[in-house]
Formats: sequence, structure tokens, C-alpha cells
Amino acid sequence: MELSAEYLREKLQRDLEADHVEVEDTTPNRCASSFRVLVVSAKFEGKPLLQRHRLVNACLAEELPHIHAFEQKTLTPEQWACEQQK
Amino acid sequence: MSGSLGRAATALLRWGRGVASGGLRGPGVRAAGSGAGGASAERLDALVKKDKVVVFLKGTPEQPQCGFSNAVVQILRLHGVRDYAAYNVLDDPQLRQGVKDYSNWPTIPQVYLNGEFVGGCDILLQMHQNGDLVEELKKLGIRSALLDETEGQDSK
Repeated sequence: MELSAEYLREKLQRDLEADHVEVEDTTPNRCASSFRVLVVSAKFEGKPLLQRHRLVNACLAEELPHIHAFEQKTLTPEQWACEQQK
Repeated sequence: MSGSLGRAATALLRWGRGVASGGLRGPGVRAAGSGAGGASAERLDALVKKDKVVVFLKGTPEQPQCGFSNAVVQILRLHGVRDYAAYNVLDDPQLRQGVKDYSNWPTIPQVYLNGEFVGGCDILLQMHQNGDLVEELKKLGIRSALLDETEGQDSK
């Protein structure tokens, strides 16, 4: 299975119709087993955090068993705009 | 006897005792046991409802074996939550997989409040940061220690 930051980024972007996705390989040696992701999608609107994370988990259901550590941040476009102004 | 068999046996024994005595109550965090002795949905259902605050960790609150589990322990500590049940999934492969299936959540740690799945480390951290955790604890009748601290800081 291909597990690169770029691969995960493309998949999240496509499946969650995301405006913006950042994926960082957080493995100390970049061996692609730990990732931190930021997903900005209108699909998150009106959904509590748990439901948002479930959407991300579902999107990466095939990949997650091969990932050792996974951090995620899920924002709506509005929240993302707010964050960028900070 | 060594290896996983020995550990499994110990875990089962501990689990059995925990049930018989209604859990190990005492000051500080209860190491609620390490084995669920077969992690069926019914069993997990009972497990997460037995205590107001239940966490599934890699390691123990005293010795977390993973940074994310440690973060959960530290957040609870910050809020002064001492009376919670902690289960070490590293002691029990069945529990490790069972709780993932039960919660429909792919990673450990996992946090339950009042029998309800809250999320993993990221969610607890964000709830801590945005103040939701204080509110959720209040619903359980637990007063967050951070409230007292904030009052103390006002005088600065």
C-alpha cells in the first residue's frame, strides 16, 4: 500500500471535496507511518467534531490500519478563514 | 510461565477480581484492570457505562506507553479528574481490537464520558482548548480544577 503524505492529501481532497488539505509526515525519520492532517471542507458544516473526524476516518479506512499515529484537525471554510486571520 | 499466555492469565484473573469487588476504588486513578476477558460488544457496553469517565490507553495512567495516551492522561489531570477507569489495551489484544470495533474508531486512546464515546486525543485536546470539556465534566457532576485555577489567576 502506498502511504505517502501526497497520496493521503489527494484522497482526502477528492473524497471530502476539501477546499484545503495539509498532510504532514510526523514520523521522525519520515518513514510514512505517522501523519498529521488538516482538512478544510464544507462537508463539516453543522457537524460536531466527532462526526467530522469520523468522516476523515471513513475516507482513510483502508489506510488507517497501516498508520501508526494519526492526528487530525477538521475545519469548515469559515473556521479556516478565521484561523488564517489570526 | 512466560510470554503472552502468562500475561493473558494474569489479565483474566485481574478482570475477574475487578468484577467481583465492583472495581478497585481508592484514592487516585483506578487502574481499572487490563483485560476485558473477551471484548464482546455487551461486555464493552457494560465497561464504558460502569464509570462516569472511562479511558482506553496504551499503557497505564502512571506509565503511558504512547504520547497520545499520555496527552489524555495529562488533560484529565489538569482538570483534576482523578476518579476514572483506565484500561490498558496493550495488555489485551482482544480489548485493543474490540474497543476499536465497538466505538467504530480506529485509534487508541479512546475516551468515554457517561457511557458515550467522546473521541480520541485530538478531540479531547480541542475540547480542553475550547472549554467544552469543562462543560461536559460539569454535566457529570465533576467540577474541573481549571475553574479554580482561573479564579486564582484573576488576582494576578
